[in-house]
Amino acid sequence: MREVHPLPVRVTHWINVLALLLMLCSGWKIYNAAPLFDFKFPDALTLGGWLAGALQWHFAAMWLLVLNGMIYLAYGIFSGHLKRRMLPISPRAMLGDVLKALRGRLAHDDLSVYNAAQRAAYLGAILLGIGLVLSGLALWKPVQLYWLAALMGDYEGARLLHFFCMAGIVLFVLVHVAMVVLVPKTFLTMITGKLKNG
Amino acid sequence: MDDKLKVHAGPLLANLERRLFLKRGLSLGALSLLSGCELGDKLTDDESVQKLLRAMSRWNDGVQAWLFDPRRLAPEFPANRITHPFPFNGYYSEDEVRVVDATDYKLEISGRVKETKAWRLPELYALPETSQITRLICVEGWSAIGKWSGVRFSEFLERIGADTTARYVGFKCADDYYGSIDMATALHPQTLLAFKFGDQVLPPKYGFPMKLRVPTKLGFKNPKHIAAIYVTNEHPGGYWEDQGYNWFSGS
Repeated sequence: MREVHPLPVRVTHWINVLALLLMLCSGWKIYNAAPLFDFKFPDALTLGGWLAGALQWHFAAMWLLVLNGMIYLAYGIFSGHLKRRMLPISPRAMLGDVLKALRGRLAHDDLSVYNAAQRAAYLGAILLGIGLVLSGLALWKPVQLYWLAALMGDYEGARLLHFFCMAGIVLFVLVHVAMVVLVPKTFLTMITGKLKNG
Repeated sequence: MDDKLKVHAGPLLANLERRLFLKRGLSLGALSLLSGCELGDKLTDDESVQKLLRAMSRWNDGVQAWLFDPRRLAPEFPANRITHPFPFNGYYSEDEVRVVDATDYKLEISGRVKETKAWRLPELYALPETSQITRLICVEGWSAIGKWSGVRFSEFLERIGADTTARYVGFKCADDYYGSIDMATALHPQTLLAFKFGDQVLPPKYGFPMKLRVPTKLGFKNPKHIAAIYVTNEHPGGYWEDQGYNWFSGS
């Protein structure tokens, strides 16, 4: 038995699942109140009942998402976990591993070593998360944090950025869950942290 | 022989298992999506969840009051950025807009003020005028840029001898809307008692005879058709706030 995921990573991962679910479902209800594009999210996927309920969820769960994310990042940076797992990363290795994955030939012998496609996806998800929080802050406080909103092309620019970061995170989650379904043992290791014969 | 068979069948079996797992996973996913909404609504309606959400909203009021910088100005825009047509918004539809009669209109003043005399429109129009071209952000997410003119609300509060150490300023409107803001925002230099929109007398759909223009708060914190203003230490709430919108709703 060897450790694949340290305890702080597992705990923050599952809290993040809950926080992200609350943020996405309430966010879709808020989007539906004034759609940016020519579509709405199905009501069955939204949270809060109506706009006020969705806003209450969104502005409550944001604290969970941000605090949990900060604990994860602080742990990852100061323990060296992020550097060990995510680096080095090169575009060529990433492309090679994505192609391998598409042909079903990506090896998962040692789950504690991320392949280049994983590294890119996880780093991308972290960056998208940071983008979501920063654009969300700009939308929430476009006057007090005017410099942040200005960086994103003012309020309407922040609105677009918030939407596209959300779309990116949803894409990541879909691929991530599909990969877990394809390699089911990774699901248990994110709970127990350990892998038999790993 | 057996071993040899195993070697060949192994990947096949694993593949089959994988497919079954995938299928099961997908149908479970679909099921949880279907019941997700019902679950979410039940969760939202639960009394202890309601309590928690309301407590978080009050906590967010405090955080926003702390973040609010009384000197930080909302961005202003050149005239060519004004949104045409400027959207109508209210708790009723545009054909139900209340038309206030200018001749017998009176603005009532009450609460923690020295001067409770009511104001007639000509007296209000005679007050010093400032203009702003700012962005109105709706709680729904959309935004629009418009030009409003009127008297600085801090100037008006001074003229009625308002106790500016009080916590809230409340508004009662001719269309049965009501609302309130914190004193710090009431005293902000861009908070206007607006009588004009786009250099014209405020039309009924934008709040004739006056609208409180607060570019540091969401649109629903900008009451229209104001008929009474009062200064108080008791939390006055508001039409939308009492139904669940965040009270501070600052930008």
